[in-house]
Order: sequence, then C-alpha cells, then structure tokens
Amino acid sequence: MTQPVLILGARSDMARATARAFAALGHPIQLAARHAVALETEKADLQTRYSVEVTLHDFDALDVAGHEAFIDSLPVLPGIAICAVGTMGDQEENEKDPAKAVAVLRSNFEGPAILFGVLAERFVNRGAGTLVGISSVAGDRGRASNYVYGSAKAGFTAFLSGLRNRLAKKNVHVVTVKPGFVNTAMTAHLDLPAKLTAEPDEVADAIVKAVKKRRNIIYVRPIWWLVMSIICAIPEPAFKKTSI
Amino acid sequence: MQLTGWGNFPKRTTQLTAPRSEADLAEQITQGRAIARGNGRSYGDSAIGGARTLDMRHFDRMLSFNAATGQLVAEAGVMLSDVIDSFLPRGWFPMVTPGTKLITLGGAIGADVHGKNHHVDGSFRACVDWIDLMGPDGSVTRCSRDDNAELFGWTIGGMGLTGIILRCAIRLRSVKSGWIRQTMIPAANLDEAISAFEDNMAATYSVGWIDCAAKGEALGRSLVMLGEHIEPGEVPPRYRATPFRTPHRRKKTFPMNAPGFALNPLSVRAFNALYYWNGARQEGQSIVDWDGYFYPLDAILKWNRLYGRKGFMQFQCVLPQDSAREGLHRLMTAISESGQASFLSVLKRFGPQDSPFSFPMEGYTLALDFPRHARAIALMPELDAITLDHGGRFYLAKDSRVPAETFATADPRAAAFAQWRRDNGLADAFASAQSERLHL
Repeated sequence: MTQPVLILGARSDMARATARAFAALGHPIQLAARHAVALETEKADLQTRYSVEVTLHDFDALDVAGHEAFIDSLPVLPGIAICAVGTMGDQEENEKDPAKAVAVLRSNFEGPAILFGVLAERFVNRGAGTLVGISSVAGDRGRASNYVYGSAKAGFTAFLSGLRNRLAKKNVHVVTVKPGFVNTAMTAHLDLPAKLTAEPDEVADAIVKAVKKRRNIIYVRPIWWLVMSIICAIPEPAFKKTSI
Repeated sequence: MQLTGWGNFPKRTTQLTAPRSEADLAEQITQGRAIARGNGRSYGDSAIGGARTLDMRHFDRMLSFNAATGQLVAEAGVMLSDVIDSFLPRGWFPMVTPGTKLITLGGAIGADVHGKNHHVDGSFRACVDWIDLMGPDGSVTRCSRDDNAELFGWTIGGMGLTGIILRCAIRLRSVKSGWIRQTMIPAANLDEAISAFEDNMAATYSVGWIDCAAKGEALGRSLVMLGEHIEPGEVPPRYRATPFRTPHRRKKTFPMNAPGFALNPLSVRAFNALYYWNGARQEGQSIVDWDGYFYPLDAILKWNRLYGRKGFMQFQCVLPQDSAREGLHRLMTAISESGQASFLSVLKRFGPQDSPFSFPMEGYTLALDFPRHARAIALMPELDAITLDHGGRFYLAKDSRVPAETFATADPRAAAFAQWRRDNGLADAFASAQSERLHL
C-alpha cells in the first residue's frame, strides 16, 4: 500500500487534505500544479509531518498537448492518481463571457478527462492502477445557478463512468468522487448549510477509504445521495420552474 | 458576525475572515483593530477582534524538524494535536502542554500556556526558540532571545497584541513511550494538598483536582496526581512491542446545549464527592496513556455545551508562594460558603517564571469554572478581592469578566504593556474585545 500517489491540482484545499491523508499512510507523494515551485511549503509540510518522499511537478491541465510529456517527466509512474483540478467560476460571468465559460468547461472536463485518458493507457500497460476523479454533485442535474460548471462536471462524471466500464477487466480502477459542498477557498464566499458541508479532511478520508475498498462512486456525506436522488427525480416541467 | 470564546460568553460582533496568504493577512491588519484567532479555545473574549478576527487555521504547515535538537519549525495554525500525531510515533512530545491538545501553536505562544510541569520546566515560553511576527505594516520580523528580544518577550504571553504570529520554532521533548506512570495522592484537605505539591517538586508533572463543595475539616480536599514518562519496559505488556501506540479513544460529541438546571449546586456537589471517593480508591501508582493523562476532556468534543446556552465563566488566578496558603483558604471558604461549587476545579503549583507579561508566577494557581448564573456572577467580585489582597493576578486566556481596574491593580505590568504597544505603533493595529475591555 505504499505506491506513489499523484495529486493533480495540488494547490486546492481538497488536494492538500488528500495528500496529507495518503502521506500519513506512508505513500510517496507527487504534487502537480501550475507554478509548482510555489508548493515548497506543502512539500516541507508533508515531509516534516510524515517523513515521506515528496516531489513537485509543473502541470497545466489545459495544456492537453503536453500531458504525455508531463507524465514522462514524473520520477515514477504513480500507483494512484487523484485529480482535483477545476474551477467553479461565476455563473453570471460564465453566461455573459464565452472566454470564461470555455475556461470553466476546459478546466473541469477537457483537461482532467484527457489526462486521465493518457494515464489510463499507462496503467493498462502496467496492468494496475487507480484513478480518482473529483467530480461534483452539480453534474448530476443542470441547474440555473451553476450549469456551466455543472455541465463540465457532468461530462467528467460520464467520462469516468465510461473509463471505469472499459478498464474494469484490466485491473485499473476508477473512482468518481462527488463531494457536495466543501468548506474550501472555492466556496469561502458562499453561505453553505453546515449539515451539507464537508471539511476537506472528510473528503480526503472518504477518498482513502474508496481507494482501499475499490468503491466506484462516492458521495462524501451520504445525505447528498438522497438530496441528489430527489433533485434528479423531479419531472422536468416542474424542475424548470424551481430555483434550487 | 457574532463570535464567542470557548466559554460561550461573551458574544461580540466582529468581522471574521480566514486568510490563506500573508498578503491577505497584511491587507486585513492594515485596516486596524485585528486579532489572530487559533482554534478558539481561550475561554473569554481574547480571540475576538476589536473589529477584525483573523482565523489562522489555514496557516497549518510544518516546515522542518531537526531530530538532533528536537526543534520543530511550523506555521502558527498547526495544532498541538497534529504535533503529537506526527512526532509521538518518532519519540517526541510537546515540552509544555495545557489540558487540551486542540490548540494552535500561535495560541499557545500568545497565551504563554502552562502545563502540569510548570514547576520544573516553566511555561510554553521555555520551548520557543524564535517567532516570525507580522507587524502593523505587514512586514515580518523574526524575534528570539537574541534578536528583537524585547518583542520576543512581550509576544509570548502578549495575547496576540504584539502582531500576528506566523511561524515559530519550538523544541519538543524526547520520550521513550506514549505512557505515563501516574501517582494518585488523596489529600483530605487543603493543607495536605499543598504538602503533597511541596513534597513532590521533583516530579515531572503534578496537578491537583480540588473539591470546591467540601466544607469544614474537608475544605479543599483534593486529588493530587503526579506523572512521569516511562521507559518501554514499564509499558503494559500488550503495548510493549510498540510503546508509542496507545489504545484508540472513541471521541464523543456533547450533543447539544444542556438545560440550565443540569449543573446545580446539588449535582455539582454529588459529582465532586463521587469524583473524590473514586480517585481516593485509586491511591498509588498506575500506568495510563498520554491522551487520558494529559487530555481527559478532549475525549468529549464540545464539552462546553454542558454549561448550556448561557455559557460559563472561568476564574483562574495565581497567588504568590508566600501568601498562597492563606489566600487559597480564603478562596475555598468563600466558594464553599456561597454554595456555588465549581464543577471542575484545578489546583497547581507553579515554579519560578521570568517574563514581562506572562500569567504564571511562583506560587499556586487555582482554576474554577462556573455556569453563568446570577449567584455565581455575584461571587466573582469576592474572589477577585481575595486575589488582590494576596498579591495574585488573573489569566487572560480564561478571562471574560474581570473589571479593568481590578486587572490593572492586580497586574501593574499591564500598564507597561499598553505603553509599550502605543510606543511601537501596535495599539491601533492589534486589538481584541478583551484588550479593549481591559485597556491593554
């Protein structure tokens, strides 16, 4: 259980918590993000807390042409790869500014999906590996309040589902994580209901458990499964008039 | 928003933000009347900003550890519990720890916390090598015993009023196991309790639980508990092979605010009597794990709800050695006669302390908590007066209610601290509800 863990989008709160959770179990950690040199304190933290090996890697999810080269640059092919890449943007801005909408669609769907496609090939060739995609409950059904972000996550969720289906017989496991509300920098400006809002540490623990037990799709707080089941069950004629 | 300390009283309006970078922090500070807040374990209003409260818990990275010296460099929002999680398995434990591990390093420095080993090792100050402090203009100064020594001196125990503590270097203690040999000494009254402390000045740890409800002959009856770190050979056989591993404690969360009548003089009296007799039965030595020995209350998350919606008050004073015996007698008499027994009361012998503004001094400290009922509130001025009469002073990390004049009389250093803050341009930048209440 001490295969290297690659954390993509390592700057986010969920990614940091997840890196700590795996490092605590003794896994070497590969932190990948744009301008990775600024992650030196994260590296020091993981090394100091857990005495594990930590490496930093420049990675731009939107540079899909560079994904092969990025993976080649890693000191060793990771056993587990976790993708926490993505930005929510602002729905109103996403509606009005095509450039912003494109950035949200690409960073939540295109970048992560293409990279996981490349990694999947490597894992299949090796005959083992685990891919963990952090998607979102927002992808379960498009809503007026955040459908640009939601549709990108829906795409990523569908991609992960298909990838899991394809790789199931090849000993490569794919986990889809739907965290629900999480108390992070991305949501710091929102007023979130406490019972529905997980801490980054909870997400991290849920991911560790899901990898260990080879779970397929997880909602971090189980109540989200219920909430989303209800939201998805509302007939469209009624749903289109709601504001949730 | 409305914010309180651990005692759930007082509630004060403040603008709470949780910065993630030094630039964010600097921007907040330059707007004035800001205070850093760690894990919110100070009881009163010391971690509520005059105008702005800066939640420091995003600054939670450990930066380096030197196994030759035991020096850990970490950001201020790192919790003591994280330090233990990471370093006890490698044979290291905090040099000084208060009765909860759920505090940040920044908070430990700001309050200059003390532990059961104060009489031997002193306060938290003793393990701090240096501090990186953000000043009113956002610039960062490193201070230590050698560089910027004055700033270093005031900062430890300065309740965050000298700047924002960003990083620190602290030294940990080398231990051989995660277990403690506890010696339980039942003391039938206050004099016996004092003797138990004075006779055991060589013990690494000593602390007394004191029964505030006992009267007459039994006034001040106590359980004095000594502790020593032990070698792997003494660890219970089941755990001897892995001496740093201790049984996992299930955490429970106190589910809701208890109704106001839950803690009444009768239930508190009954609890104290039971606690004493149960402890007296365990007279002598036993081997206990670190978590149970140092942090019994951490097993019940949100235990402050026990005191209900109105919250509770802590009273903690220290009395100098030469007047402590008489002062403690008077304090205990006043409390037991009032019928307002404290639920959990702690007595502790302090050793010498040399620092400009920290709470401890050589003598005895008494920590009590009272639900915020009218009769308990009425008792406080009496306890304050006895403290003043005996040359004692008050602990800011626990305080929510000492009148400004009383505090100033008890602690003449406060005026010097306030003057130093003004002289160095800190008074407008850093302010807590407490510092404004007490004119610090």
